[in-house]
Amino acid sequence: MLALTRKKDESIIIGDQIEITILDIQGDKVKLGIQAPKNIAIYRKEIFLEIKEENKAAVQSSINQIKELGKIFKK
Amino acid sequence: MTIQTKHFGELNIDEGKIITFPEGIPGFPDYKKYIFIFDEEDENSPFCWLQSIDDGSIAFALINPLKICPDYSPKVDNELIESLGEFNENELIVYAIVVVPEDITQMTANLKAPIIINSQTKIGMQVIAQNEEYEVKHKIFNDLQEYTSAKEGV
Repeated sequence: MLALTRKKDESIIIGDQIEITILDIQGDKVKLGIQAPKNIAIYRKEIFLEIKEENKAAVQSSINQIKELGKIFKK
Repeated sequence: MTIQTKHFGELNIDEGKIITFPEGIPGFPDYKKYIFIFDEEDENSPFCWLQSIDDGSIAFALINPLKICPDYSPKVDNELIESLGEFNENELIVYAIVVVPEDITQMTANLKAPIIINSQTKIGMQVIAQNEEYEVKHKIFNDLQEYTSAKEGV
């Protein structure tokens, strides 16, 4: 992993379209400003990982069980 | 074309109905083509399936989120779903992925990250809604019971 040291209000550029700026540093919290093309999704990593795990759990669901549930819960 | 699936046997696919997920689905980035499967025996079932065409063993159970959360309205930046192609809002199809553990009363739907599909372009993606109140594991067993009994009462 590339490690760069930056100060408040300094930036890094990734490619020529993504810029990440250190907006603020307080204790162990860093506030980042991110400029990127609008179609690039930017998420906090833990929520993205949570969704990935949830999707993996989803395909383990028992389809037959859901079919049965569908019968119970038909409107 | 026909595909072999784990849960639904051999399926005849109408190629015009294939939904493309250009970025895949988180956890499954390489599977980009899917097809909807509805329960033919029971068209009132609140569930349907999103079956991968690339891998017959991969299928997601989906639920119409309005059936468990009547005022469901995920907030998503328009720019984020630009890749779906041009759409009117009423052409978007929104589903939540369902997880059913062994104890079915613990089943959950992912309201935080709905599947959104443009019915016109047949392009879909899973997005993360900005709404703080929506959970990745939203328990739905009781909601479904309420929904069902409300319907019966009409």
